[in-house]
Amino acid sequence: MSTDTLDLDAGWRLHPQVAIRPERFGALLYHFGTRTLSFVKTPTLLDVVQRLATAGSARVACVEAGVTPVEMPSYEKALAALASSKMIIERAA
Amino acid sequence: MTVLPLVDEFALGLASPICLTWELTYACNLSCVHCLSSSGRRDPRELTTEECKRVIDTLERMQVFYVNIGGGEPTVRPDFWELIDYATAHHVGVKFSTNGVKITAEVAKRLAASDYVDVQISLDGATAEVNDAVRGTGSFATAIRAMENLHAAGMRNFKLSVVCTRHNIGQLDELKAIADRYGAQLRLTRLRPSGRGVDTWGGLHLLPRQQRELYDWLVAHGENVLTGDSFFHLAAYGQALPGLNLCGAGRVVCLIDPVGDVYACPFAIHENFLAGNVREPGGFQDVWQTSELFADLRRPQTGGACRSCSSYDACRGGCMAAKFFTGLPLDGPDPECVKGHGEPALAAVGAGSAPRPSLDHSHRTAPATAPAGAVHLTILDRRPPVSACEENPLAGLDI
Repeated sequence: MSTDTLDLDAGWRLHPQVAIRPERFGALLYHFGTRTLSFVKTPTLLDVVQRLATAGSARVACVEAGVTPVEMPSYEKALAALASSKMIIERAA
Repeated sequence: MTVLPLVDEFALGLASPICLTWELTYACNLSCVHCLSSSGRRDPRELTTEECKRVIDTLERMQVFYVNIGGGEPTVRPDFWELIDYATAHHVGVKFSTNGVKITAEVAKRLAASDYVDVQISLDGATAEVNDAVRGTGSFATAIRAMENLHAAGMRNFKLSVVCTRHNIGQLDELKAIADRYGAQLRLTRLRPSGRGVDTWGGLHLLPRQQRELYDWLVAHGENVLTGDSFFHLAAYGQALPGLNLCGAGRVVCLIDPVGDVYACPFAIHENFLAGNVREPGGFQDVWQTSELFADLRRPQTGGACRSCSSYDACRGGCMAAKFFTGLPLDGPDPECVKGHGEPALAAVGAGSAPRPSLDHSHRTAPATAPAGAVHLTILDRRPPVSACEENPLAGLDI
């Protein structure tokens, strides 16, 4: 899988070792296992990330957070970046 | 709500620091000539174990994900491991900087077993000759032994931290090879004229051609080499280096010193950059969120004399501490401005007029400082070897 794509129809969740700190611009994510920091650059993306665990799929989480079809590719790219740094992981089916 | 570029959001400050430096003690077994905190002797007012735990409670509440613990040599505090365990149990990750003196095989095993603790070994040269000239006799061997122990224990991706100087800049490939040999990640940081560095920076800081050499080397190595964001002034050469590329002082980082004083940055131990103390009623959170100094730093900066420079958006005027301790105005060029604006500015600073650090905990028995501009090898020839004499904070300890 390239870094710009991710299976939007799969279920995703935050990695159990990741903590979220909401900020005005979005949030900071910190992974205690890899000791890396990521920036969630919009409040909408934070909303998406927080919905991942309970939404049926990443696409559903995006729609519930108000992401429009036009915006979907950029959110997919952002989620793919979070997946490549292990901040989010695919849920067991 | 206005959405600003991330770097501008950070410049305006965050509700909590992204990370902070916490120096646990001014005691140190070494007397490095460039020590940013002029460490050596313990300060009798240092925070107690209980006070340190209250700070950790605050950091947990503020969701400060990790702290960079340093000193002094933090591992010489008798409660060091207790505090590390307390921090990690309270969801505050720890990366601590050490010269390696306490990293025995046994300690290394314990560190390798923890996901929440990272270690940074300080080494300022790829050979004992270059390293020990700055960090003291035997310090190269101590650091190498610590890395051998960490590697043997299975610790991966610990950091090998190097302060770049005129004398080690030609050894970057060798330093990278040392890091690779022990499964460590190389971290290069900028020498600042802070602490004992006020007296040695003149003779140790990079020459202009060496700055270019470093920049090219960093660009070639990309994100494989860490820099603690300390070379953002080099962005004026062209492309930005990986990282935030801004001065985070009081905005996204700060320093808690061993007596609980909160400074804007670890390189700015001076009363002008003192925001408060964690012993005050509101604790660290109140200092971070309400200090006037930090509020000032979070206001949009004007750029001053640098504003008309085509590179201002890249370097943002450089390092506040470097300017301050070399006597330059804070809204002017960095002393190491890559456009060459630093040299004439430095030449205009009157001899002896640059500010001095507010504190000095240097060993009285091993004076490590020398006049600015002196050739450092000459300085060091005059220095007595570091030894466990009676005034040494480590006297009587098995090191």
